[in-house]
Amino acid sequence: MTPQDFDYLRKLLRERSGLVLSAEKQYLAESRLVPVARRHSIATLADLVGTLKTAENSRLATDVIEAMATNETFFFRDKLPFDHFRDTVLPALIAARAREKRIRIWCAAASTGQEPYSLAMTLRSMSAQLAGYRTEIVATDISTEVLARAKTGIYSQFEVQRGLPIQQLVKFFSQVGETWQIAPEIRAMVQFRPLNLLKDFSVLGTFDMVFCRNVLIYFDQDTKINVLNRIARQMAEDGFLALGAAETVVGLTDAFKPMADRRGLYVPNPAKRARAEPSNVLKFALKA
Amino acid sequence: MKTCLVVDDSSVIRKVARRILEGLDFKIEEAEDGEQALDACKRQLPEGILLDWNMPKMDGFEFLRMLRRLPGGDGPKVVFCTTENDVAHIARALHAGANEYIMKPFDKEIVEAKFQEVGLL
Repeated sequence: MTPQDFDYLRKLLRERSGLVLSAEKQYLAESRLVPVARRHSIATLADLVGTLKTAENSRLATDVIEAMATNETFFFRDKLPFDHFRDTVLPALIAARAREKRIRIWCAAASTGQEPYSLAMTLRSMSAQLAGYRTEIVATDISTEVLARAKTGIYSQFEVQRGLPIQQLVKFFSQVGETWQIAPEIRAMVQFRPLNLLKDFSVLGTFDMVFCRNVLIYFDQDTKINVLNRIARQMAEDGFLALGAAETVVGLTDAFKPMADRRGLYVPNPAKRARAEPSNVLKFALKA
Repeated sequence: MKTCLVVDDSSVIRKVARRILEGLDFKIEEAEDGEQALDACKRQLPEGILLDWNMPKMDGFEFLRMLRRLPGGDGPKVVFCTTENDVAHIARALHAGANEYIMKPFDKEIVEAKFQEVGLL
């Protein structure tokens, strides 16, 4: 791939998905895009870039973006956010929503489904405390391919052993040949939807808890700020935001503030709740 | 430094497990079957036990039952590590007092995750 072709790809990825691909990641682009070219019967990566330039909104462009997105995930990843969810967030929300009895959760980068299903299993394990409450998990991802996999709820033996306690495996999964499938009642608790975080997501409604983990790290500073401010607009004033271990709101926005003694957990800052200007959102939507 | 007893009749598996667990800062003891493992536990109980199921003389399931009857035998965290990968075996192991279960083949990430899960890391 020529440096010019690689620069074109980096620009396309950044504008369409917010993904920032650093200059030394050319090997990554080449290794991930060869299978895409093959699938589209395109002989070389130069031809792939040439085709992209003539049709930026094609299926090919979507496949390129999906191939470059990182989908690394596993059940109960990092453990701590799920402990916070069970021990801090849910008790607070159960008390605060005693009248409307409805709790809405958004996984903003759901990938192959391990995070939303981990939350669903946690909710199911707390069914006594949640009796009478309607819980909803909306799981979104830019890649339709990973969402299709997530919906099946089927995982390899390797995947179910990374982070999933054995008791949960026995309780919530059944064996299908060499693989494991999560129970239909857990799958039914999660709604999967394709979503590009650069585009307007106000249609999703208001959430009490947002998991937006390990996605902001791939965005540039302006995109991080824009996405965080727009997430703030979709959150209940007494809601919670969970970010990845390498992510923070500090230095980016004052729409959220870190929760004391709860690493990775943030709450809306009512005094300074940012309202992204509509023109700003539109600019991002148009770029996307 | 915590101690872990690796119980497996395969010297290759013991070697792989030793390398992974030493990398996680464990002091390793080895046993080739349940009888040897039980003798080792009678001498000194380890903090963790990585346990195969099918072994000559005494299998992992029988060893676990005997271990849990020893004075202080409920202390060690027992992680099965076996090719018996069906729900019935897993449920039986948990019922007998296993703390976690690794289905072979395994790698460092899985061992680390399971040892974290039972509080050994």
